[in-house]
Amino acid sequence: MESPEALRDRLLARFPGVSVELVPNGSPSGQVSLRISPAGLREVARFLRDDAALALDQCSNVTGLDSPDREVVETVKESQPGAPGGPPVVIERKQTRIEPGHLEVVYHLYSVARRHGPVILRARTGNRTDAVTLPSLTPVWRSCEFQEREVFDLYGVVFEGHPDLRRILMWDAFAGHPMRKDYVEPDDYEWEPTPHGEVLAKARRHYPSAAAPGAVQPSP
Amino acid sequence: MMLPDPAATGLARVRKIEGAALGLRTPAFAPEEGAGDLLEVSLGPHHPSTHGVFRMDVVLDGERIVRLKPVFGYLHRNHEKLGEGTSYLGSMPYTDRLDYLNSMTNNWAYALAVEKLAGIPVTERAEYVRVILAELSRLLNHTCLAGFLMQDCGCSGTPLMYAFREREKILDLFESLSGSRMMCNFQRFGGCRVDPSAEWLAATRTLVDGYGAFLDEFEALLSGNEIVMARTQGVGRLPAALAVNAGVTGPMLRASGVGHDLRKVDGYGVYPRFNFRVPIGRDGDVYDRYMVRMLEMRESISILDQALRGLPGGPILDPKAKQRGLRPKAGEAYGRIEGPKGEIGFFLGSDGTGNPTRYRVRAPSFVNLTILEDLCLGHSVADTVIILGSIDIVLGEVDR
Amino acid sequence: MLGKGLLQGLAVTAKNLVGSYHDPARYVTQEYPEVQPKLPEAYRNFPFLVSETADDPMGTLRCVACQICEKECPPQCIYIEKSKDKKPDATGKAQIYPAVFAIDTAVCMSCQICVEVCPFDAIKMDQEFAIAATDRFGGLLLNREQLAKPNAYYHQIHPTEAAEVDERLAAERRAAEEKARLAAAAKAAAPKPAVPAAAAAAAPGAARPAPAGSTAPAASAPVDSVPPPAPRPPSP
Repeated sequence: MESPEALRDRLLARFPGVSVELVPNGSPSGQVSLRISPAGLREVARFLRDDAALALDQCSNVTGLDSPDREVVETVKESQPGAPGGPPVVIERKQTRIEPGHLEVVYHLYSVARRHGPVILRARTGNRTDAVTLPSLTPVWRSCEFQEREVFDLYGVVFEGHPDLRRILMWDAFAGHPMRKDYVEPDDYEWEPTPHGEVLAKARRHYPSAAAPGAVQPSP
Repeated sequence: MMLPDPAATGLARVRKIEGAALGLRTPAFAPEEGAGDLLEVSLGPHHPSTHGVFRMDVVLDGERIVRLKPVFGYLHRNHEKLGEGTSYLGSMPYTDRLDYLNSMTNNWAYALAVEKLAGIPVTERAEYVRVILAELSRLLNHTCLAGFLMQDCGCSGTPLMYAFREREKILDLFESLSGSRMMCNFQRFGGCRVDPSAEWLAATRTLVDGYGAFLDEFEALLSGNEIVMARTQGVGRLPAALAVNAGVTGPMLRASGVGHDLRKVDGYGVYPRFNFRVPIGRDGDVYDRYMVRMLEMRESISILDQALRGLPGGPILDPKAKQRGLRPKAGEAYGRIEGPKGEIGFFLGSDGTGNPTRYRVRAPSFVNLTILEDLCLGHSVADTVIILGSIDIVLGEVDR
Repeated sequence: MLGKGLLQGLAVTAKNLVGSYHDPARYVTQEYPEVQPKLPEAYRNFPFLVSETADDPMGTLRCVACQICEKECPPQCIYIEKSKDKKPDATGKAQIYPAVFAIDTAVCMSCQICVEVCPFDAIKMDQEFAIAATDRFGGLLLNREQLAKPNAYYHQIHPTEAAEVDERLAAERRAAEEKARLAAAAKAAAPKPAVPAAAAAAAPGAARPAPAGSTAPAASAPVDSVPPPAPRPPSP
């Protein structure tokens, strides 16, 4: 099987409008991936499946990833006019900005016919709030059907072109996307007293009596 | 009894799946719009034949399935998020509870993924012991499945109890080695937790030598049985192209005629050293799936025999390999093995800290369920139960 | 012949039925609780804390409240509070002990990671499984007194493991004694220190009680008066 660099070059040549970047992998596993721009994702996927040399006929795994918004503190140098007739003064100012996060979907592709793989594709959404749509690869590989539904359910990525996009593991009326890093779990469920402080502290918000009902005091 | 409103729920039209172009046998009939007289039934989640808390919303025309939607998530325990909050060592006991019938192979898949992520080599003795335990798990799983499949066919428990009687012997072996029958928590990064003693190996040898006789008796009861053949042959045919495209792996894929076994394709561990065949089916029906599993058990016995004979000495776990406080370099790894149900893989992402930043389980039962509807269309409810049984799902994996 | 498979199957079930009256391989039911199961040595259920002796379980706990098991426990079912003072342990050395050590057995999943990570062999897996409680929360939360069991019990349930642990701990103790004895002998044979006041700062005050059987003289002698170089004591 060709190397990821050769594959990237072949894809760039074949699909001129589509961005294909090689994403390095710091671990010893050496599994590098190709990040494809969402607009060209389905075309590239179909090409990879039907290509005679690669014949990636099986999409083995679809994973969702969440990169939350990050606060970035930058030092900005500003030049301001100094005393009249004097040189301009350079002031350094610390500026905080929010680097917007994104959601990402990773596809692990293997070839059953040629017995090689994996070729790993990635696609990023614009942000985590309103631009969360990615093209679905279910029309290309049927195995993405349930797995993309799971990414939709747990991460909130909307797959355009999916035949039946609805929640799969959580119930239909559930609100929120549990696997996101900023998901706050509801804490008003029926709680059990444990010696650990966090559960007790959360429960006290809902049971404000001095000792929570049925609370077990740790024995001396 | 309220009949569903076809216009509101779209139940009267059978949804054509794109897989039709791949050779799927079209259902026996497709009712026209507004035909009426369709019954929507929920099979499960409290149901003895759904192999766990699993629900199928079926729409019936008499006894024939017109539409089937699997609904699960009743056993969702947020395993993946728990993994993000637990250390690498601490996640090992949780992997026992994924496919709770085969904890040894789940442990191995996870250990393999972590070893790939952190670049930890495995000792040779541990590789052999892992193969022994994985093949014992395969025997466990296929025996259990054959019993349950026959139970679904209506054998009222006799083959099931024979299967479980043999299973108990393997579970006793696991108990004396790891301390627990099912939740073994046995593999570690770079090896195994406990070195099997000579007595344990002797007991395993006795079991392996006697297992062939049990399989002979079991097959004498079932494989040539006319009722079993009438019920399972020709039911739930899965074409090979659809199987590959739908990500089906394991005995279900091989029963459809595709020779894809990760023990041969990836050659992980020390499998390339063993001589074994991979049984392949022809029609991809329920009978083929059952027979592929019976033949795989025979091959497992052969692998076990070779592994027990060739087991080298040496350490079972490299004392320098870090278990507690493992902090792999930032990066990602996907590690997979041929579990008894199919390809079980773990995708781990590390950011250099002690907890993974992404912990994903690629469960074979979850992906194998994609084509459940395709297989069941046009069949009766009784066949649906058998088809589900032959897919071999366990809800711990499906829902995580 | 149609039906041959069926007849074959009936022969198998008949063999099993008849065999269940005389062949133990066919009749495997154990009538519990009249017949208790014979559990393997490695069998594990919930953890327990090891005390050296049965007459003073709290005083001879091996646990030093390092809290490693609390951190590593995956479902976080262990709850430890360190003591504020130090008490002498089984070897006489002053150690921190756990003022509170509770395990919530409703949460514990018997994974035995706490046993694996404990550096002091203080927590081990028990084999009691017939433990039912009427109170779902308090009854299943086991405190220090309920968890502490003597080393003799550990030998009873896990004989080979306990023997190996005892041997290893004894070897470690011997090595520590040897090291302490050599260090004391080296100090006794050392030349006069230039500033006795600095040495006096490390004056005895329960810093290192003499382990039994050692012949180190330095611990009892006051440090600020330098004894004359004594002949090196013979090695034991």
